[in-house]
Amino acid sequence: MRSEKSNRAPLGLKVAAAAGLAFMHVPILLIFLYAFTTEEKSYQFPPPDLTTQWFAVAWDRPDVWAALTLSVKVASIATAVALVLGTLCAAAVSQTRFFGRETISLLVILPIALPGIITGIALRSAFSMADIPFSFWTIVLGHATFCIVVVYNNAVARFRRISGSLIEASMDLGADGFQTFRYVILPNIGTALLAGGMLAFALSFDEVIVTTFTAGQQSTLPIWMLEELIRPRQRPVTNVVAMIVVVVTFLPILGAYYLTRDGDQIAGAGK
Amino acid sequence: MTTAVLFDNVSRYFGAVHAVDRVNLDIAEGEFFAMLGPSGSGKTTCLRLMAGFEQPTGGHIEIFGETAEGVPPYRRSVNTVFQDYALFPHLSILDNVAYGLMVKGGAREERRKAAEDALAMVKLPGYGTRRPGQLSGGQRQRVALARALVNKPKVLLLDEPLGALDLKLREQMQEELKSLQKSLGITFVFVTHDQGEALSMADRIAVFNEGRIQQLGRPEEVYNQPKTRFVADFVGSSNVLSTKLCQRLGLKAAFASLRPEAIALAAPSNGALSLAGTIAGQSFLGATNRVFVDVDGARIAVASPAAHAVPPIGSPVTISFAARDLHPMEDA
Repeated sequence: MRSEKSNRAPLGLKVAAAAGLAFMHVPILLIFLYAFTTEEKSYQFPPPDLTTQWFAVAWDRPDVWAALTLSVKVASIATAVALVLGTLCAAAVSQTRFFGRETISLLVILPIALPGIITGIALRSAFSMADIPFSFWTIVLGHATFCIVVVYNNAVARFRRISGSLIEASMDLGADGFQTFRYVILPNIGTALLAGGMLAFALSFDEVIVTTFTAGQQSTLPIWMLEELIRPRQRPVTNVVAMIVVVVTFLPILGAYYLTRDGDQIAGAGK
Repeated sequence: MTTAVLFDNVSRYFGAVHAVDRVNLDIAEGEFFAMLGPSGSGKTTCLRLMAGFEQPTGGHIEIFGETAEGVPPYRRSVNTVFQDYALFPHLSILDNVAYGLMVKGGAREERRKAAEDALAMVKLPGYGTRRPGQLSGGQRQRVALARALVNKPKVLLLDEPLGALDLKLREQMQEELKSLQKSLGITFVFVTHDQGEALSMADRIAVFNEGRIQQLGRPEEVYNQPKTRFVADFVGSSNVLSTKLCQRLGLKAAFASLRPEAIALAAPSNGALSLAGTIAGQSFLGATNRVFVDVDGARIAVASPAAHAVPPIGSPVTISFAARDLHPMEDA
């Protein structure tokens, strides 16, 4: 017999859990705090005074804008590529049977399991061998390798829950392949794709390692931040940008979390 | 009479598996045709060949005189009621029913009207705004039926549509399906593994086993005169009398079928045949007792009215039956 009491955690466990969470998140709050400090050379605690001037300074810095625009562009295009290829791959793996299906499934997922540095080195040497100059597009390709994985993983899970007879029913009622995709498949995998796409965007937006190997002269936002830390100049500007990065990546991940959670009811095959 | 569906020597192989093996079929327009068999017998593959989800490995299929090979499902004038109903979970019931008209580009108002009429026909008027998840199994089955019929198919294919329903609902739906088919005049092709369902609903039955048709005929023919041991056993558990017993009864055929309900646990009256045996077991089935009688090592099932007392196991007994109830069989 289980009493009500046994379900309640002892005080020690609660404190430990709270300490663990605090250890993970308090440093992020410190980043936010230093975005408002009046001290620009070093991270002095407590900050001598608080100011919002760094927001204005960051706004006026062209290098911030260049890095931000580049990151948004790279993340958008890498996500778009991943959405198309990841969905196609998920459809093939979940809806048909063919020789090597399991292998393909594994190979698609592999890039996210590999350390980024290996993916980076591999891509860099491959690009050099093929005489492809490092550019915006090489960054996009590098990011797409792991963006596809998250889209694929989200889509394949949802595809598996669509009963195969739904697609047959649509064809039976007179819908061709395109109509079936538009009216039956897309509404059923839509939230999974949105969630996968948001995660892919967030991953690409804060990626450092693969980017350092596949970028030419360009700096994406995370790379720019890394460089700023090495050469301090208006240090709190970096913190302002860091806040933006946190917000820009946190919101999509939060959105993805809610979308996939609600998706459980949508995807059921109605059996 | 017009031929609705024609199978000319049709085969469908999946690698080494002969799912459908040289099947010949000729379904008449307006007929209620049942394909009966155990799972894996090829009946569902035949249905899928008609729907266009499978293409034949060999042979020729015609639907209302038109060649069906290579024609995709969305260009065939047949519709299917799926075993799991396959209702679109993201659409309302009305949109589910109107789906076929929507993809064909019907006007919105006409679509709505036709879908509502179809829902009324399957006795679900006013259910249009609900979602498939909010309906019971029996209601979903009706929606699946309405969704298929709203397209006015020339042939309606039903893949074990009553399999998931409880007995009472199933019997009710059997009657409704039959009267619906009579009033619409559409050819129904019905797949089932339930011999009672096939016997009570169909105009003709094709009994499938291992990818081939064992027997094709009217329900009474299939029931009373099974051609093979498989049909005798699958359709209502006929007794198959061995060559030895046939000889003893003075029959020329090598094998013969004998229905349990044609046998009495009594001494023969004039003209009847009889065999002596011992009671080997019994089970109570409600209206009847199924009594097993051991005759020289062969086990013969007898359906005895429940009101009659059954002698204890091991007692000697005489069973009797009319000669006309013995049906010679092609093979066993």
